[in-house]
Amino acid sequence: MSEAAESRIPVTVLTGYLGAGKTTLLNRILSENHGTRYAVIVNEFGEIGIDNDLLVESDEEVYEMNNGCICCTVRGDLIRTVENLMKRKGAFDAIIVETTGVADPAPVAQTFFMDDDVRNAAKLDAVVAVVDARHVQQRLKDTKEAEDQIAFSDVILLNKTDLVSAEELTGVEAAIRKINPYAKIHHTERCQIEIADVLDRGAFELDRILDLDPEFLKKAEHAHDHECGPDCDHDHDHHHHHGHDHTHDHGHPDHECGPDCDHEHENPHSVKSYAFKAGDLEAKVFFDWINQVTQIQGPNILRMKGILAFKDDPQRYVVQGIHMIVEGNHQRDWRDDEKRESRIVFIGRELDGAALKTAFEACIAE
Amino acid sequence: MPVTAPLDIDGFVISAHFLGDVAAFASGEGSVFFAGGPETQTPVHKNGLLCATATLDGKSLITGGGDGRICKVNADGSVEELAEQPRKWIDIIAAGPQDSVAYASGRTAWVRLKSGEIKEFQLPRAFSGLAFAPKGMRLAASRYDGVTLFWVNAAGDPQELSWKGAHSLISYSPDGKYLVTSMQENALHGWRLADSQDMRMTGYPGKVKSVSWSAKGKYLATSGAQAAILWPFMGKSGPMGQAPLELGVRGDSMVTAVCCHPQEDMLAIGYQDGMVMAVRFHDNAEVLLRRPGAGPVSALAWDKKGSRLAFGTEEGAAGVITLVD
Repeated sequence: MSEAAESRIPVTVLTGYLGAGKTTLLNRILSENHGTRYAVIVNEFGEIGIDNDLLVESDEEVYEMNNGCICCTVRGDLIRTVENLMKRKGAFDAIIVETTGVADPAPVAQTFFMDDDVRNAAKLDAVVAVVDARHVQQRLKDTKEAEDQIAFSDVILLNKTDLVSAEELTGVEAAIRKINPYAKIHHTERCQIEIADVLDRGAFELDRILDLDPEFLKKAEHAHDHECGPDCDHDHDHHHHHGHDHTHDHGHPDHECGPDCDHEHENPHSVKSYAFKAGDLEAKVFFDWINQVTQIQGPNILRMKGILAFKDDPQRYVVQGIHMIVEGNHQRDWRDDEKRESRIVFIGRELDGAALKTAFEACIAE
Repeated sequence: MPVTAPLDIDGFVISAHFLGDVAAFASGEGSVFFAGGPETQTPVHKNGLLCATATLDGKSLITGGGDGRICKVNADGSVEELAEQPRKWIDIIAAGPQDSVAYASGRTAWVRLKSGEIKEFQLPRAFSGLAFAPKGMRLAASRYDGVTLFWVNAAGDPQELSWKGAHSLISYSPDGKYLVTSMQENALHGWRLADSQDMRMTGYPGKVKSVSWSAKGKYLATSGAQAAILWPFMGKSGPMGQAPLELGVRGDSMVTAVCCHPQEDMLAIGYQDGMVMAVRFHDNAEVLLRRPGAGPVSALAWDKKGSRLAFGTEEGAAGVITLVD
């Protein structure tokens, strides 16, 4: 990484529905993290005051880029605000963007990749969602935004856990996991969390995709194990569960849940995650496919992450994407003590999991 | 050989202007610095200074800040508050005829008239640039998907000029016949106002953040490439079908600021690495005015006679270069 890249200001994006506790978390960060000065960008000055010197109000302005792609959207107001903040570079160390409850997180994140000036000045650290444990199930039924926010997040604060029972909490967490299997979930009351769990996550740094490993695929594979009892007899809609096809390998063929199983039986979510695993891949076949699939299905792909082993390549290759934006690079040599394995996760809406799986498997090297 | 009087500025130099013989530099940290006047520095804004421009009579600087204030700063260092919009970031400002000042924040723009009366203008989406027509109280506002032209004093619907995409910086040609904007997609867009004819000026590797009209409005000089790009505007159809001049070409650094000489066909070019050159239009003859260093050049201004050039950089280097024959 060049010196210029290292001097970029880290940006944390806070999302979450109205009343979930975003401002509480924000004030906690501002009051507890002594020694770091933040520039805070809010959509509107809310009822709860934010105690910070550098506070900017910014109307959400979503711009389509003039390239004919409907998912290539950026937040014009953020471009300008970041540009203005850079004229006071000495006044702060990090930026926090608080979005409205109904905001689509994609344009916010894409701004930090698609605008050259913003990209040179600032780097997206993580998208953090604050989720109200008591109301999120209803929000997920009612709105697309709540689902998008969860799907997009790297860190999720499952907040207000004191207001729900242990069973309800398990159900809520399972619902979140169905949408996003790799985010780090923290249970909180009044957003009480170690600040280090929220800030400086490096969630968009290719170098640190490795750090996400524990959540990365394991939970996707075992998500059902956590939520279904052995006797649960509800009918999983298989269309909604392509992503969990691989769980069949784990002795889970009939999705039998127990009678006290409290998760959502009728899954209203259209966002699903699909995780695939293989050995060595043919690099050319893979790149042709990933370029094509992100071009064609970009609007439906919310996030994508992968760690890949290419045939005859001693190095691990890491890749990540938001809609049509794809970034990839060699990370490091595969270690002798680790298995060369290619793994990739797509989180998206109306994705054809079976087709993705077939295409991914077509990349497997002979 | 040119002689430079250097000046250290605390902060990002947002803009430089000559107020008579005094050079004034607006710093992002909130102060205005002076060279050649009775004062050396005067604090203006508490929460950062975001934009500044000179009044049309060239005697004062008007500034907008993160404290929501709009101020007039004179060459003697005195500061007068013209208006305040509490809790707003005023990051767009334009000076108009009859001592009027336009400024904007978000989806609202205001025009303060000499009398102190303030008129308000709204758009459904954010204002991203403001410019007064050279004649008449007409205010052009760049926005998403085009430009809106407001009559400041007269009633009547504003005129809309549409072109898809995000338009930011906006500038009228000195004769008032053309309006040009810079776009998010590394391009310029122009309109011939007589018939709203569109003009596209593309091919930039970066965003155009600095534009300057040459003497008599013959050329529009622009940043955003590894050379200053000058579009010819002397014909009837502006730059359409004509190739631009490319001056001060460098393979290793982008042009970040341009400022045309007030009388001659010559301009000052500031680069990403801090270098400043003067270049003549007709033969591309170059004179080095400042060596690279101390960040990208962010501000350039000639004095009225065109014998001195004020410059400033993003990292707070500034100075006045005197050209000696």
